[in-house]
Amino acid sequence: MVIAELRNVTKRYGPVTALAGINLEIPRGQLLALLGPNGAGKTTAVRLLLGLSTPDSGAARIFARDPRERSARTRTGAMLQVGRVPETLRVSEHIRLFSSYYPNPLPFDEVVHAAGLEGIERRLFGRLSGGQKQRVLFALAICGNPDILMLDEPTAGLDVDSRRGLWRHIRSFVARGGSVLLTTHYLEEADALADRIVVLNQGRIAAEGTSSEIRQRTASRKIRCITSLEEPQIAALADRVSVRRDGLFTEIVATDSDHLVRRLFAQDPNMHDLEVTNAGLEEAFLAITEARS
Amino acid sequence: MTKAILLEIQCEFLSLLRMPRYSVSIVAFPVMFYVFFGVVLKNGPLNGIGPSVYVLCTMAAFGVMFAALMGLGVGIAAERGLGWLEVKRASPMPPSGWFIAKLVSALMFGTIIVTILFTLAVTVGGARMPVQQWAELGGALVGGALPFCAIGFFLGYLITPNSAPAMINLVAMPMAFCSGLWVPLQFLPHPLQQIAQALPAYHLSEMTLAVAGASGHGSVVSHIQALAGITAVFVVLGWRVWRRDESRVHAG
Repeated sequence: MVIAELRNVTKRYGPVTALAGINLEIPRGQLLALLGPNGAGKTTAVRLLLGLSTPDSGAARIFARDPRERSARTRTGAMLQVGRVPETLRVSEHIRLFSSYYPNPLPFDEVVHAAGLEGIERRLFGRLSGGQKQRVLFALAICGNPDILMLDEPTAGLDVDSRRGLWRHIRSFVARGGSVLLTTHYLEEADALADRIVVLNQGRIAAEGTSSEIRQRTASRKIRCITSLEEPQIAALADRVSVRRDGLFTEIVATDSDHLVRRLFAQDPNMHDLEVTNAGLEEAFLAITEARS
Repeated sequence: MTKAILLEIQCEFLSLLRMPRYSVSIVAFPVMFYVFFGVVLKNGPLNGIGPSVYVLCTMAAFGVMFAALMGLGVGIAAERGLGWLEVKRASPMPPSGWFIAKLVSALMFGTIIVTILFTLAVTVGGARMPVQQWAELGGALVGGALPFCAIGFFLGYLITPNSAPAMINLVAMPMAFCSGLWVPLQFLPHPLQQIAQALPAYHLSEMTLAVAGASGHGSVVSHIQALAGITAVFVVLGWRVWRRDESRVHAG
């Protein structure tokens, strides 16, 4: 059963197209990760599903309703990227206040436990560490006992331990039957949490699939060499290849590098200064996205 | 519903109270000025009332005005500009509760300032008035904060979080001066006395002075009318900027 969806949604901000006709579905009990670089349209997707903005065309639906309806809001929890949260309220006060907005909130102790806030309930928000602050925001997202969570880059800026701590709490929300839409630009995070991953780039879906399917496609290598071959010639040698010039050098990102290197030598026996390295995430995104466009 | 609003008010009030930048400064300024001009400097009677009551009226007027402008203006600008309001808007929070909490908290701080100043006026200032007049004066001051709540709300949607405290000071201080809150109006140059007629702070302080029995400019009723008019104007303006903000296309 689909809990939330974007149907053929386009959203523009002036000359910038944030989302260009995308379809997304979040089924019950699943975690969907929206993976992509900054400016890919991830936050826009979240804001549309929260009813904080409206699509130019297409529709955002949650529980088959308009996300702006109160009945949809009472079943949705959200964690947004916030510049500043009132710092002079205690953790417990923040939670109790937010709980009061919902018709059937979780019991206070359960919220504290589910977000790992035991022992710091009485602290002022401003005195918390970065990881603790994010856990409080997570607590505010779950305190209304929602059926779906929208988490917009929940672990941005956190250290490894804090990140893993928050993952544990997100997993246990899903284990209890909750659905989640999570945005991230860490492949590792999507890999660790998601049932399905949608890779978003410049407002379009560049790839989607399970985490292992995506990993396969991003298992790219970067080939750096000096060759007389032109870019279109190289691109024609294999699937999902991106090529760019870097001075004298040519840089090629490809998934099947062994095969490609053999073919490069076949075409240009004089190729030299060859280097093959693991491509970073950025190159992996490029490999996926350029192959599609 | 009522319980939720009470909780919202409690949280807003506590969060302001624990912020010395707000709570201490808005209480300290009027108290300090009252002690200087109403107690230490004690001049002769002004407009028919003693200096301890005269300065009480003008400083308390400044106090309630400043608490309202700062509380709503700076508070709203910060929550809007830094994304906190978005988190609340994504929840089923009724927007009215959020606004009422800000309004009531500003009025509560106004009440605290008025109470402290009244206590000082009676104990060290030697001010004497019938109990009923004290009650009327207190009511006039706290009720007189309403137009400034409306102005603060309006400004909160115009200014950015970083510049907000400075902008509010730039509005409040010159207005207080031109309205005769620092220096009695008759000692100001004539053009400024003319400008004062258009300023809400002038009408607030003249209203409270009239309630306290000063022979001044205009009747209590005329000042209440002016303040009600100003409130109405800023409620409409505030509603418009609020609507604009709610429907704005937020980039991101």
